[in-house]
Amino acid sequence: MTGRAPRLLAGLLAACLAGSSAPAGDMLDKRSGADFMSPENRAMQADDMSNPGMFAVLDGEELWNRPEGANGRSCAGCHGEAATSMRGVATRYPAFDERSGRPIDLAGRIGECRRTRQEASPLPHESPELIALTAYVAHQSRGMPISPPQDERLAQFRENGRRLYERRIGQLDLSCASCHDARWGERLGGSVMPQGHPTAYPLYRLEWQAVGSLQRRLRNCMIGVRAEAFAFGAPELIELELYLMERAAGLTVETPGVRP
Amino acid sequence: MTRALINAPKTARRGEIIEIRAMLAHPMETGFRTGTMGKAIPRDIINRFVCTWNGEEIFSADLFPAIAANPYLAFTAVATDSGTIAFAWTGDDGETRTAETEITVT
Repeated sequence: MTGRAPRLLAGLLAACLAGSSAPAGDMLDKRSGADFMSPENRAMQADDMSNPGMFAVLDGEELWNRPEGANGRSCAGCHGEAATSMRGVATRYPAFDERSGRPIDLAGRIGECRRTRQEASPLPHESPELIALTAYVAHQSRGMPISPPQDERLAQFRENGRRLYERRIGQLDLSCASCHDARWGERLGGSVMPQGHPTAYPLYRLEWQAVGSLQRRLRNCMIGVRAEAFAFGAPELIELELYLMERAAGLTVETPGVRP
Repeated sequence: MTRALINAPKTARRGEIIEIRAMLAHPMETGFRTGTMGKAIPRDIINRFVCTWNGEEIFSADLFPAIAANPYLAFTAVATDSGTIAFAWTGDDGETRTAETEITVT
């Protein structure tokens, strides 16, 4: 009898602690966007021979090994085999960038590396080359759980991202949360609204007939609610990605994904 | 540069029906879209696909603007002889992209 009360108390305490440490947007039933797709689209993603996103990965592999820029060095020249050196990297991005004092996404890091180490001309946002390299690097983490860095310096940016996620914008006056937290699983027109976890970027979107980045997708949604979209590479989009990755923590990386 | 994904078995028994799947990286620009300043984007599609087995045509297809980017074709064939299965995609630009795969029939 005497042992029961403290045990109960400890249990309650643990429950409270778990409750308080969970981020605001934490979900009990986290599901990748792939779970909401048709069986045909899921099969397309699952088979590397029918997944058009694999073209970007193959292009990326070639770019990885190609010498670029003033000092004629390739990505492989420093990083070696991507299969080992880049394994798990995409699960930790966006990460804190010491130089700028801000979070940086995977494409941004590749651009930085190109500028400072290879001394090559910058690749524009959404250019096929940058998408291909990002897809190749992210592909090395396929099947690994998303594990955002627990870096204190990222906290304020992540909080900004959460605010952006919850802020109503545009003529339709909708926030990301209005659909992806409150109404996921329901339909918007003909399509099912997923939970909005960025698990498979860069991904092949059938609507685009091309591989695109998360930023392209976020801009699509902003235009969809008739808001003014942030420009590619805008700090707000990276903060939003930072929050989304925290929200998606634990889900597996699927790059290159296929989405309708 | 040709970027194609070919999925065909490496080995088959004689008389077996095998599935061959071929996908080519191509934008399949329809010619109906407009780009910046309302200027029409010229049509650029793959209009002909031919698959040959040891030089003999076993499957061909005409493609049209309604076919999505990265055309993907799956078809079946009866395995007869060992040799080369070759694929050729011809585009509006007049260029022919090729790929091939080897098969051993026992």
